[in-house]
Amino acid sequence: MNTHFMVALMTLAIIKAAPLVYGALCGLLNERAGVVNIGIEGMMLAGAFMAFLGSALVGKWTGGTLNPNISLVIGLLIGVLSSALVAGLHAVLSIHYKIDQVISGTVINLLAVGITNYVANVYIDPTHLSGVGVFPVWKIPILSKIPVVGPILFEHQPMIYLLFGLVIFLQYAVFNTPWGLRLRSVGEHPQTADSVGINVIKTRYLNVILGGALAGMGGAIMVLESVGRFQKLMTSGRGFIALAVLIFGRWSPVGAFAAAILFGFAEALGVRLQFGDINHLYALSMIFALAALATSLFWLIMRIKTKKQKGKSYPVIITVFIIGLVSLVAANQITFPKVSVPIEFLGLLPYVLTILVLTGLVKRAVGPAAVGQPYEKQ
Amino acid sequence: MKNNNQPILSLNNISKSFGSLLANDSIQFDLFPQEVQVLLGENGAGKSTLMKILYGQYQADNGEILINEKPVIIRDPNDALRFGIGMVHQHFMLVPVMTVTENLMLGDEKTKGKWFGKLARLDRETVRKEILALGEKYGLQVNPDALVEDLSVGEAQRVEILKVLYKGADIIILDEPTAVLTPQETEELFAIMRSLIQQGKSIIFITHKLKEVLSVADRITVLRNGKVVGHTTPSESSMEELAVLMVGREVLLTAEKGLSHPDGVVLQINDLCVKAKNGMIVVKDFNLQLRAGEIYGIAGVQGNGQSELIEALTGLHPVFSGKLLINGRDLTNASPRVVTLAGTAHVPEDRQKHGLVLGFSVATNLILQEYYRPPFSNGWLIFPEKIEENARKKIAEFDIRTPSPDSMVSNLSGGNQQKVIVAREFSRPINLLVINQPTRGLDVGSIEFIHKRIIEARDAGVAILLVSAELDEILSLSDRIGVMYAGELVAEIDANLADREQLGLYMTGSKHQVSQREKIT
Repeated sequence: MNTHFMVALMTLAIIKAAPLVYGALCGLLNERAGVVNIGIEGMMLAGAFMAFLGSALVGKWTGGTLNPNISLVIGLLIGVLSSALVAGLHAVLSIHYKIDQVISGTVINLLAVGITNYVANVYIDPTHLSGVGVFPVWKIPILSKIPVVGPILFEHQPMIYLLFGLVIFLQYAVFNTPWGLRLRSVGEHPQTADSVGINVIKTRYLNVILGGALAGMGGAIMVLESVGRFQKLMTSGRGFIALAVLIFGRWSPVGAFAAAILFGFAEALGVRLQFGDINHLYALSMIFALAALATSLFWLIMRIKTKKQKGKSYPVIITVFIIGLVSLVAANQITFPKVSVPIEFLGLLPYVLTILVLTGLVKRAVGPAAVGQPYEKQ
Repeated sequence: MKNNNQPILSLNNISKSFGSLLANDSIQFDLFPQEVQVLLGENGAGKSTLMKILYGQYQADNGEILINEKPVIIRDPNDALRFGIGMVHQHFMLVPVMTVTENLMLGDEKTKGKWFGKLARLDRETVRKEILALGEKYGLQVNPDALVEDLSVGEAQRVEILKVLYKGADIIILDEPTAVLTPQETEELFAIMRSLIQQGKSIIFITHKLKEVLSVADRITVLRNGKVVGHTTPSESSMEELAVLMVGREVLLTAEKGLSHPDGVVLQINDLCVKAKNGMIVVKDFNLQLRAGEIYGIAGVQGNGQSELIEALTGLHPVFSGKLLINGRDLTNASPRVVTLAGTAHVPEDRQKHGLVLGFSVATNLILQEYYRPPFSNGWLIFPEKIEENARKKIAEFDIRTPSPDSMVSNLSGGNQQKVIVAREFSRPINLLVINQPTRGLDVGSIEFIHKRIIEARDAGVAILLVSAELDEILSLSDRIGVMYAGELVAEIDANLADREQLGLYMTGSKHQVSQREKIT
């Protein structure tokens, strides 16, 4: 694998990771405030749908006289507002009416699928409504000239840069500002928050709706920076993967970003391997090796960070590390027979990874303590 | 009493009703500067309602609140804090995953710079220094960087008090602060209270424990059924008088029991070792012989292996090594049901977690050990009318105060919940009773009742293993006393020869009796 290939793959990984990160940030604001949101999928779908409909209709009604980028921005705003509205529904159901939050999220998922499919069937498909294209790539001057890192990080469309900014900002805000402290207290121990005069209900409403806006961006980015049009069920489970990303990233924005890159990488690889110019067996053994190395590193970091005698023991960590190292060397020494894995299996990669991550690595991850419990004043 | 002329706080004619229940009836209450005023009353006497009115969580139907002789209206806890009233809740109002510093900042955060409002950077360093200074001033040492979840109960309570002080309170309400503390931690709390008084604070101390009333109070107000039934001071009163005031009748404060007549060995524990979930040995080479008709009390500071010992004994926790024999039968690592069927009754430490199914009715909780057997079941079906009949009988016999047998057990008071467990466990044919913290958090009346039942069981020939963090309980019930320290039985004393000081020394590990092995042989 040469450098050029890896750079292209990593760039694609970031692009594929972006909707997941937006989704995970939505989940982060929800769960940090104590609300379970399995409706991220539906919110993303609603965001994608309305972003497309908004931008396409603005383009259509202005008859192409408007700069398409302006149509796209308008579409983005409409998409974000719509999913914030959907999140508002989740907030009313789960916070005000105290409906089981998982049920409320499921309602949202079903509703989003039903409505978007219906409108796509009766309006978008028959009228052959076409989009107005996608946001252009902005190369950041100077920074994009840095070898390797430059093209991976600084040759993207605007919503990716927005995402970088959001991740850094939220990482700071959640852990270092009064807003973040209050948000976390509401999700961990709402009685305490209430006892010091923090409005639990208001905090939850605000963050669920803000989260909805972020999920909307996650949906919109798939339309506005990728395919340029709406396809039925186009989020295809990314809202759920975003939840896995959130848990894997331990409810922190930077953690979620790192975790999403892993999933994005798996997806990008699945896409890339379909070109057929790389030996699949070689690629899969490389993934295995890298996964083992990454896992051992993750365990090592967790162990050092927690300081308590928790987590995997050093022999286990070292063993996994050695397995990774050996397979890395072996993969580059052996000549693999040419075997083609069917495309469908390559497409499975992110989902398989989700299952592995959720069952294995993060079994013991503990989220905010009050997640899923409606708040009742005593 | 230092400055007796002008009350810092007065509650005049406060009344509050919930539906038909008059929780507070024309209550008159004065707090003077630099005093500890105890608000004494049983559960349900209206103490908490009164304090919630003062703290702004409830609004009184009638009456007025005066602070420094000026009438004030307190709408919510923030108002209360503004008037210098702070409350240390019985259930701590702390976020476990945050540091002490973060917990103190919460709600009124200091930030660096004022430009970004709620998105400015938290100023942890300044608050940290303020906490250390406050701790220094009042003798409340805590590590400001520790996570609250890593603190002991006593330390967490210190953080709660610090929080109230940090927010500038002059009147501090302590709501049953000793309910969760060990005797040592209680002593430490009293020392802290004295230092607070010296520094000019005033304290309202809510409790139903008579003993501590006399040692900490400057003045005492007793509530019963929502009414003030007496104002007194420790020098003018005694525990017996206070008990009568509080309960409304004569109460036995120490259990009356005759001589024990120990019979054959019921429980034999040989070299028992138990490992905790984290792999640490928490019970070490434990040996014990318990005879029918005697009460063996295990004293010790909580967390010295008592809980694990009891759990291993009742089949709830695996035994690492050693042997457990009940009536000569080897029941090491037997399942809880086998242990139960061998004639063991267990009143667990945490009644809500391990003693009851909170979401079930009183009637169902009463048959948890026997639901699968006649007369309650034929193996296929259960018979609700039998369960109901049994419940009515037990409710009458054990004086369980519940609206009906079908009421959820979670709606009962702590004392009545404990009576449900006692009714279930004591009325089966048993020969071994394992009982852990039988009266924690209960009021005087319930304690009296449960102690009486324990002694009756002993006199009926049951072997009783009693674990309690209350040294008084151990001393008044036991025939023999063992002290556990760091997982080991460090002393074994005949109850008639035991004294508090000596037991205290064993409990803190500063003294060690002859080794177990020598004594048994």
